[in-house]
Amino acid sequence: MKATVLVRPKAGILDPQGAAVQSSLRQLGFPVEGARVGRVIDVDVEAGSTDEARAAVERMCEQLLANPLIESYEIEVSA
Amino acid sequence: MTEIRPKVGILVFPGSNDDRDAAWALAALGADPVLVWHGDEELPRLDAVVLPGGFSYGDYLRAGAIARFSPAMASVARFASDGGFVLGICNGFQILCEAGLLPGVLQPNRSLSFVCRDVGLTVERSDTPFTARCEVGQRLTIPVKHGDGCWYAPPELLGELEANGQIALRYAPGENPNGAVADVAGVLNADATVMGLMPHPEHAVDPLLGPADGALVLASLVDAARNRILTVV
Repeated sequence: MKATVLVRPKAGILDPQGAAVQSSLRQLGFPVEGARVGRVIDVDVEAGSTDEARAAVERMCEQLLANPLIESYEIEVSA
Repeated sequence: MTEIRPKVGILVFPGSNDDRDAAWALAALGADPVLVWHGDEELPRLDAVVLPGGFSYGDYLRAGAIARFSPAMASVARFASDGGFVLGICNGFQILCEAGLLPGVLQPNRSLSFVCRDVGLTVERSDTPFTARCEVGQRLTIPVKHGDGCWYAPPELLGELEANGQIALRYAPGENPNGAVADVAGVLNADATVMGLMPHPEHAVDPLLGPADGALVLASLVDAARNRILTVV
């Protein structure tokens, strides 16, 4: 079963990459008010149901994929 | 009588690159350094452990995030929970934070640039196994070289750490090279038996090569490891 994890810097957490991207986009002439850089992790997980897959990916996020001090995450599971 | 040379284990991860400098520095300061491969599940008998600098596992995902799953790290966690002294330098600091042995997290430098230069530090605590040869308020000069050294803890956690005296070293005013919150350069666990710091004391030991203040940090650890042998045995 395929799942996608979106990891983002939490609101209020300094994101120097996002700030650099924003400033570059503004230099290109785009009226960008903010940019945040996160990461996408696609996982292919063996699971009997989407609920089971989601629960497994949730544990992956807690144990490895995100650092809860600075990052939040969202999980999308496609059957 | 020759002084006892405490055994200090230095973990070697794939991508560690300061392990040999740490071994050289610790030997020069009276320890018997032992390089320990990260894949070894059991540590040899050791009096202290150092996690050296480098780029373990290529800093994949987040710096230190993968190395903490190395087989040797479970033994390091046990060693620490038994009161053993553990020092993490740079990447070693990142690994200890990711492993939950130290509070906070190391983020990319605010400037997004790799910094490599001598920095001034202020000693906040001198009653720890890592700083006993220093005095509170003493200024040390030790080099940094890192891209992910911006230590961060949320305000509530930072307040707790400040109240518990867990901030051991700070960048001197105007010297913060990475944007770390509250100028934090070195952090202790609650028992002050584990410390992580971004500056590299092992690169500041021989006065021939520049500042030698790093020797104060590492010699403090060697003293503490030696005393531990004398008291535990």
